Amino acid sequence: MTYQFNFDPIFRSFDKMLAGLWLGLWLAALSLAIGCVIGLLVAYGRQSRIAPLRWALVTYVEVIRNCPILLLIFFVYFGLPELGIFFLDKIDSFILTLSVYAGAYLSEVFRSGLTSIPVRYVEAAKAIGLRPWQRQRYVVLPVMFRITLPALANNLISLFKDTSLAAAIAIPELTFITRQINANTFRVMESWLTASVLYLVTCYAIAWALRRVERRYAVIR
Amino acid sequence: MFSFEPGTFLFEAWVARNQLLAGLAVTAQLSVITIFAGSVIGVFGGVGLTYGPLPIRFLLRVYVDAVRGIPVLVLILFSYYGLALLGIHISPFTAGVVALGGFCGAHMSETVRGALESIPAGQTEAAKAIGLRFTQRLRYVLLPQAVRRLLPPWVNTGVEMVKGTTLLSIIGVVELLLATQQTIARNYLILQFYFAAGMLYVLVNITISQLGALLERRTAHLRY
Repeated sequence: MTYQFNFDPIFRSFDKMLAGLWLGLWLAALSLAIGCVIGLLVAYGRQSRIAPLRWALVTYVEVIRNCPILLLIFFVYFGLPELGIFFLDKIDSFILTLSVYAGAYLSEVFRSGLTSIPVRYVEAAKAIGLRPWQRQRYVVLPVMFRITLPALANNLISLFKDTSLAAAIAIPELTFITRQINANTFRVMESWLTASVLYLVTCYAIAWALRRVERRYAVIR
Repeated sequence: MFSFEPGTFLFEAWVARNQLLAGLAVTAQLSVITIFAGSVIGVFGGVGLTYGPLPIRFLLRVYVDAVRGIPVLVLILFSYYGLALLGIHISPFTAGVVALGGFCGAHMSETVRGALESIPAGQTEAAKAIGLRFTQRLRYVLLPQAVRRLLPPWVNTGVEMVKGTTLLSIIGVVELLLATQQTIARNYLILQFYFAAGMLYVLVNITISQLGALLERRTAHLRY
């Protein structure tokens, strides 16, 4: 084993790697936000009395959850323009894919969150005369978000890890940048070790920060 | 839509059938190998994490937490470019199996640990009281009960692994996704072929989930 470690080329492009990491965080955060909206709508839609709507939503969730995300990325990026749907750039197409993907997972999270809210909360809200939408807005949703906070945190972390797949359509996030550095400098170990450490540190930082948020908003039952 | 002429989906799919089926076979092969390797690593890792001496527990913890905090794609690229550096001449297939197997193993270890720790202490105490040695306690008391709790997350990880094999297309393993892309490069039926491949994955994964649910019903008697 005579591998000589030389981190100089990595340090020279370290700012590029950090920019890539930052882009990945943004992609994950945006997709989580849009995914939450989709997930919430789907979770409520699945309680609807209209059976075809329920079937359509179940199909959406099951198909997306059982389909590899890389395939979805390619389908949206290469396939949708054939249908006349063009994107401003590939980042938009990636955010759309990741949001739709996140929406399917989050809808399951919200669905279980909605069913885990004690009936007596809703009954109490009815008793003090809240209208249906007020019950949702002031009672059900706040409690549900608190209950699902740990699951949302997990989803954010796994979405952040999934942003590495954006490298497949040449979005310059951390994995793509690292691959470039690797190809340009042949510092294989150094580049991938640095990328791994950056991902690890970021994931655990997110986990740590969100655990503090969870503790702050813990549900007292 | 159902015409069978060059340029139509059905015709092109028939032309590419061998290639696509070969891709599906590689996907199946990869999935089976990684799930098997991951399960073996997971059982040993999980037992080590729960009952191992401190140094082993520490090393396993580092392995599990590191692998779970790094994107699979980075693991795959790392193992693909990195193993070659160590002088190991390695095919993309093997590099992919190493990365996916290690990834699967880390997740399985955590699952097994959770299942083992969820078994009430009374079970271990009772097993000790009737004089079973550690290996016997594992073999006859703890693992059979753990299996029941293990099944749902195990099936889930299996589905994730089938989906994860698509990432190997990036390092050039011709599994179903890359075979599909090669087909598309020839006939430009982008939407149809991606859609068909996607449905194939969905079919495979839903079948796995259903088999898992069946297995769960069959092992329902293992609960206590």
